[in-house]
Amino acid sequence: MDIIIVGCGKVGYALAEVLSSEHNITVIDLSEDKINSVTNDCDVMGIAGNGLHTDILDEAKVDKTGIFIAVTNSDEVNILSCLIARKKGARHCVSRVRSPGFGKQIIFMREELGISMMVNPDFNAANEIAKVLRYPEAINIESFAKGQVDLAEIRITSGSILDSVALSQLSRRLRLDVLICAVQRDDELIIPNGSFVLRAGDKIHITASHSAMVKFFRSISAAYREKRVKSVVLIGGGRVAYHLAKQLIEMGVKVKIIEIDEQRCLELSENLNKVSISCADGTDHDLLREERVYDADAVVTLTGIDEENILLSLLAKKNGVKKVVTKVNRMSLIQLSDTLNLDSIVSPKSITVNQILQYVRAKQNSLGNNVTTLYRLVGDRLEAIEFIVRDKKDYVGVPLKKLKIRSGILIASIVRGNELIIPRGDDCLQVNDSVVVVTTSKGFHDLSNIFD
Amino acid sequence: MNYRMIVYVMGQISKVVGLAMLLPVLVGFIYGEEHVIVSFGIPILMLLIPGFSVTIKKPKDNSVYSMEGFISVAASWIVISAVCALPFVISGDIPNYVDALFETVSGFTTTGSSILSNVEELSKSSLFWRSFTHWLGGMGIIMIVLAIMSSNDSRTMHMMRAECPGPKVGRLVSKSGNSARILYGIYIAMTVIETIMLLCGGLSFYDALMHAFSSAGTGGFSIYGDSIAHYNSLYVEMVIAVFIILFGVNFNLYYFLLIRRFSTVFKNEELRTYLGIILTATLLISVNTRNIYGGFLESLRYSFFMTASTITSTGFSVIDTNTWPVFSQTLLLTLMFIGSCAGSTGGGLKVSRVIIMFKTGVKELKYIINPRSVASVKMDGKPVERDVVRGVTSYFIIYILLMFTSILLVSLDSFTIEESASAVITTMNNIGFGVGRFGTAGSFGDMSSFSKIVLCFDMLIGRLEIYPIMLILAVKRK
Repeated sequence: MDIIIVGCGKVGYALAEVLSSEHNITVIDLSEDKINSVTNDCDVMGIAGNGLHTDILDEAKVDKTGIFIAVTNSDEVNILSCLIARKKGARHCVSRVRSPGFGKQIIFMREELGISMMVNPDFNAANEIAKVLRYPEAINIESFAKGQVDLAEIRITSGSILDSVALSQLSRRLRLDVLICAVQRDDELIIPNGSFVLRAGDKIHITASHSAMVKFFRSISAAYREKRVKSVVLIGGGRVAYHLAKQLIEMGVKVKIIEIDEQRCLELSENLNKVSISCADGTDHDLLREERVYDADAVVTLTGIDEENILLSLLAKKNGVKKVVTKVNRMSLIQLSDTLNLDSIVSPKSITVNQILQYVRAKQNSLGNNVTTLYRLVGDRLEAIEFIVRDKKDYVGVPLKKLKIRSGILIASIVRGNELIIPRGDDCLQVNDSVVVVTTSKGFHDLSNIFD
Repeated sequence: MNYRMIVYVMGQISKVVGLAMLLPVLVGFIYGEEHVIVSFGIPILMLLIPGFSVTIKKPKDNSVYSMEGFISVAASWIVISAVCALPFVISGDIPNYVDALFETVSGFTTTGSSILSNVEELSKSSLFWRSFTHWLGGMGIIMIVLAIMSSNDSRTMHMMRAECPGPKVGRLVSKSGNSARILYGIYIAMTVIETIMLLCGGLSFYDALMHAFSSAGTGGFSIYGDSIAHYNSLYVEMVIAVFIILFGVNFNLYYFLLIRRFSTVFKNEELRTYLGIILTATLLISVNTRNIYGGFLESLRYSFFMTASTITSTGFSVIDTNTWPVFSQTLLLTLMFIGSCAGSTGGGLKVSRVIIMFKTGVKELKYIINPRSVASVKMDGKPVERDVVRGVTSYFIIYILLMFTSILLVSLDSFTIEESASAVITTMNNIGFGVGRFGTAGSFGDMSSFSKIVLCFDMLIGRLEIYPIMLILAVKRK
């Protein structure tokens, strides 16, 4: 498919990099340097120029474009270039829009202006953080198959009931339908089999239905005293904080925001109810003590500076906060912070990238490819792909234990109608099943590829 | 530096060239030359066995940055030339290895200079291989690899840039592999058309194919000592002259023609300048040489062919230019420097570089007259980026420096100054003929082995546009 990406910042670059292996990508950016670096590093065509100018768009052959993605740093430019592209014949348009005001007219934009998708990185980041706070032990949670399957990332701490348990005994011990589909031990990523023994310090990825996941968390957190996050402190009062506070209040959680800018504090207090807002410097240790930040169940660091967020999170962790969520924008810092023992890191940029990628895969799906969703986890090393079984191939109807599945691949779940099946050896695939496959190797486009 | 990836790329290239070598073997079988089994068989195995063994598994760390790109291209060209010279030596057609190397480098770099005084003595398979190296080298070996391998490598640009001529290299379409396929498609189509046109002129299939290969790469190897003059046919001369001019045009423009963006093509400044230079030079030479031949039309015929042959850096000849007035000879020498368009198969400085340098010069002049003037260098109505302008001027400086160093080294052979200079100029610009002893009728056989090796480097420098070859000498072990 032909895809045009306008704006080659972090998001545009990451999209170009991932999509270029399967699609024909043209990147448009004002900066010659950025275009040079993206054309050097990725197999894409670059045009230096303004994405609002029709001659530039013509040069990029906008009329033959399948998906037009506008991710410049200006909402207005994104919307306008999508409108122009739409008029010039681009089939689908995706626009990044950050300002909360635009969020309310999303239906108008879609119905009347023809922008098929609007991505709000701040809102998505807030969603993500809220999900993580709901399950305090989890590091990350994603949902598949229209929300029927959850994929959670958990770190095993010493003393956990999961410590030194072989996977084959796990289901007997917990009496739960969950599947451990990948284990990250030190730098190694393992797709485990039944004889694998879990150890403290491992990060595990598990799939389960929504209700089984809740039960699972309940049983593993029985060892801990507190069960649910009841109070959260947000340090930094940006747009993510606004969206997050709103969601947390709805969940019945006590929220406190610490923001340095007085004007912004006023704005927040006007727009949010039931939230206590302090105008103070969140990097001041004494002040944090005074504000009883360390007594909260969870601390979320959301300032505009990555380094500050990481340091504040470490401080909070050291002072005994159970759950700390850190917002980090730069990919290189995310890799680094893995070594720092920070459990939850949320990156609005990579969430945006993931969301747009999902959209592109879905569109591709209508063109004959049967990948519905794709998640990249663990710094892009693990892929969770959702396929739909479209026609009756030779693997359909055969018990899984008789199929030869390639190494490094695991069928994590099967959704049949409204029923979720955590697959065992006797289960088999049927037409119209939606199948989630977890793999460490990349580039699977079809379900038949996973069998030998 | 990622040496394993460099070896991997070289392995891929060896495979492609090794397979390409099967063609001359086929030719040998057709003409009953049994030596081909040994003379080509050994080099084929030398390419294919290491080629396949290093490419079985792709290195885990497959990062190719500009350093790796440049080094792998330069190293491949050198290694491939060294191995591909072997058939000439083993078959006994060119017994001296340095001579054979010179001939092969001259082939791959599409220079067309030869150390042979009697081309007709070579076996058909060797002659075929000689011309075929032109065809392979013309569009580029890396480009073939890119076109054939449907790899998902993202950093292929660094290799493309190292091999493609011109101040600025980009993709035609968003995938490198597809770009390479489009370019090779156009290249093959044009070669086929030329072969058919030559067949219509009464040439045998073998002759037509050989000359089509030579002109497609704008090389200049002929299968006769007296080159195109052998046929003494106006039709053949005109077909070849027109086709080499076409092969000297930026191939991207043909793609634009195919996708019906005609105005981009006709408004292209480089193309217009290129055609303008050909027209002017032809007229000037034919006026200057009108008394030598039996009339203006006759001299127009020869001057058109020689102008085309020189500016496109082909090096075919129809007459001995040593008989021309000095003005005409000097004009040809000037054309050698200018060369053809960027992104074509031709050599030389490239018309676009000359345009940019000329305009930069004019801009500087204006600046001296009025220090407050602000002007940007423009091409095709768009400003040329400052980096490109800087790149062009520094390219020219290194080019001149290397040229003088080479002339100095070659002059150890004590030929006349102009002969040594012309030998270097003609090889560095990938033309094929110089003046005096190295003129259209002469050969490079008299040179010492040392000079031949210097000229081999000059040819590679000219074809790969200096940087890759210089980098391989400057590479530090880290």
